[in-house]
Amino acid sequence: MADGAKDWREETVRVDDSDLIVVKGGAGKPLLVLHDELGQPGWLKWHRALAQRRTIVIPLHPGFGRTDRAEWMLSIRDLASFYSRYLKENALAPLDVIGFSLGGWIAAEMAASNPTQFRRMILVAPAGIRPPSGDILDVFQLMAPQHLMASVFNPATTPEFSELYGGASPEQFEAFEDARAQTARLAWTPYMHNPTLPHLLGVAAGLPTLIVWGRQDAVVPMSAGDAYRNAIGGARLVTFDNCGHRPEIEKSAEFIREAEAFLGD
Amino acid sequence: MHIMYFTERPYRPVPNDEVIKNGFFGIPNKHFDPVKGSQLLNEYLDEKILAEQLGFDGVMLNEHHDTAFCMGSVMNVEAAILARITDRVKIVLLGNPLPVVGNPLRLAEELAMIDMISHGRLVAGWVRGAGSEQFASNANPGYNREYFNEAHDLVVQAWTRPGPWRYEGKHFHYRFVDPWALPIQKPHPPIWIPGLLSPETVIWCAQHRYPYIALATFLEPTVELWNIYRDAAAKEGYQVGSENFGYLQKVFVAETEEKARDLAKWDMFGGAGIGYSLFGKPQWMFPPGYNSKDATRRVARQFSDPTSSKGSPFANAVTGGNGSASERVAASQIDYRTGAWQEEHIDVEAMRKQILDAFPQVERAMQVICGTPESVIPKIRKVLEVLRPGIFGFWQNDGPISAEARTTNIRLLAQEVLPATREIAKELGLVSSFEVAPGSRKLPASGIPESVGSLAPLAS
Repeated sequence: MADGAKDWREETVRVDDSDLIVVKGGAGKPLLVLHDELGQPGWLKWHRALAQRRTIVIPLHPGFGRTDRAEWMLSIRDLASFYSRYLKENALAPLDVIGFSLGGWIAAEMAASNPTQFRRMILVAPAGIRPPSGDILDVFQLMAPQHLMASVFNPATTPEFSELYGGASPEQFEAFEDARAQTARLAWTPYMHNPTLPHLLGVAAGLPTLIVWGRQDAVVPMSAGDAYRNAIGGARLVTFDNCGHRPEIEKSAEFIREAEAFLGD
Repeated sequence: MHIMYFTERPYRPVPNDEVIKNGFFGIPNKHFDPVKGSQLLNEYLDEKILAEQLGFDGVMLNEHHDTAFCMGSVMNVEAAILARITDRVKIVLLGNPLPVVGNPLRLAEELAMIDMISHGRLVAGWVRGAGSEQFASNANPGYNREYFNEAHDLVVQAWTRPGPWRYEGKHFHYRFVDPWALPIQKPHPPIWIPGLLSPETVIWCAQHRYPYIALATFLEPTVELWNIYRDAAAKEGYQVGSENFGYLQKVFVAETEEKARDLAKWDMFGGAGIGYSLFGKPQWMFPPGYNSKDATRRVARQFSDPTSSKGSPFANAVTGGNGSASERVAASQIDYRTGAWQEEHIDVEAMRKQILDAFPQVERAMQVICGTPESVIPKIRKVLEVLRPGIFGFWQNDGPISAEARTTNIRLLAQEVLPATREIAKELGLVSSFEVAPGSRKLPASGIPESVGSLAPLAS
């Protein structure tokens, strides 16, 4: 994990039977960040920008290599409920949330179960809803390096791509595999989506929601963005051109601008 | 000694170019012709009848999905037929892929029916299923080991615990278990476990007193795995013997040395040596969560090392890797299976030549023994001296050779090699699990277990 200027720290919080490891940085009102299926990628430009006005709170998903796996957990909805408990027991809710890909799905499940735990919600290319057209890329049929490559539109023009996750070491490969293995346990079938989610998301109508998508997303087709917008009354969809599944690094400046404007003070 | 005949039942007309380009798993099934498939499936059943007639003790089957490498997509169907059309041989299933079958109770019923129809000739066995099987059956690879353990316990219970009862597990749930299909063998059919030297599986076998059958693995790491079994068995309080071990060996004989070698080299496309690396691309062999943490670490080194054996995928395998004994064991298999797919564009002709040219090395590593009956017997003796298995499987040449060449191999093996193998086994005191119950030997008074295998005979 790239450590930036060491402007983040880790703490461990007891939730149920788990010692949940949480990365925290910045100052101000808390902003929950739910990382994607490859694990927490490090402290990137957008973390640094948003940390100016917010305390960024990144729980490291159980079983993704750092926080121990919780063997009872069988679905993304289980993980979402686990985080709801974490928020309640630590008096963090209501708070703002950003979820990326798998993390976006977790956030959506949390909103579907209890939208009042969030103040504002940003979903970045979330999995979770079956795209009306196209399929979610089966990343389990790719080795981790190919999975990572598929997630951006053009690695060569993505400045932070090379520092993502800290390079191609055996340790990094192993960390990817930990994350991918737990993702498989939670999202193997139905693959990366929950057929009941669109129906349950109606309860989140009115929750200020920003949906962000890259138009060239090769992992979760952009049609799922429309489905999300339709499911959450009042949600707004923002798309970036020449951008894949990682707008936060591919269109970092634009992403930061949108996020700051949406979250406010 | 228990001596078996085994073939993968390959779809031999598969275009060789496709195998080289894609590996066996994932070739589009437009290349499969069910008329040819029909002929082959019947040919393979006939081979089993011949093997019985000529004196083999057992016929071994396995199962794979979506691959020309092995047509046994539902092995229990073949086993059920063999239960009826053979009279004497053991029907040895190595093995049913427990994590991918989905319904272990139905599996228990199927196997019980096979045991009854065969009048108690079933040997059951379990595997985790190759990585590719997890895709073919949509079985979550992250729970592979959990499915395996739970399904195993459930099948054995379904065979042995009087019903009706209710089962509430983690992954499987049955509200009414009372099968009216029970094995004729009591308490249940023998269980053997085949494998490619996963230390975790070997230890599990030792704990359950199940014979472990190494599938044509390299001799050196196999001996090391025998020692892992030995130590795990000692912890359980027993001394291992030949009854705890089995070995599958490629042996191909023909009328002349020249003919045998000329045909044997095509077995490079039938599972010999580099054949494992042709089984499937790494993304299908290593799905997320399928491997243990240790095995994942070994794969991690393989895939992040730019100097790993791209050009000669089996070179490391023959020499072993680095690190500890058990790491080398697994690394040899991993190297074997992965290297060939690193290149984006494969020159088919060059690759075919490379694969066939590797045959002498594979033969030197004893991965294939070939020749006339007379010349192969001393080599088989060597393998038996090193590994001292109580169960020995002759693995047919599964390359694209003729049915006639396969039948000749079976005949020559049965008539000339098999009697000699029995004599050697007798001389070496190699007994199978039918003669001595695995786990019934007492540890020496010192408490230090004796080894079964030894590399010493290789030096002579």
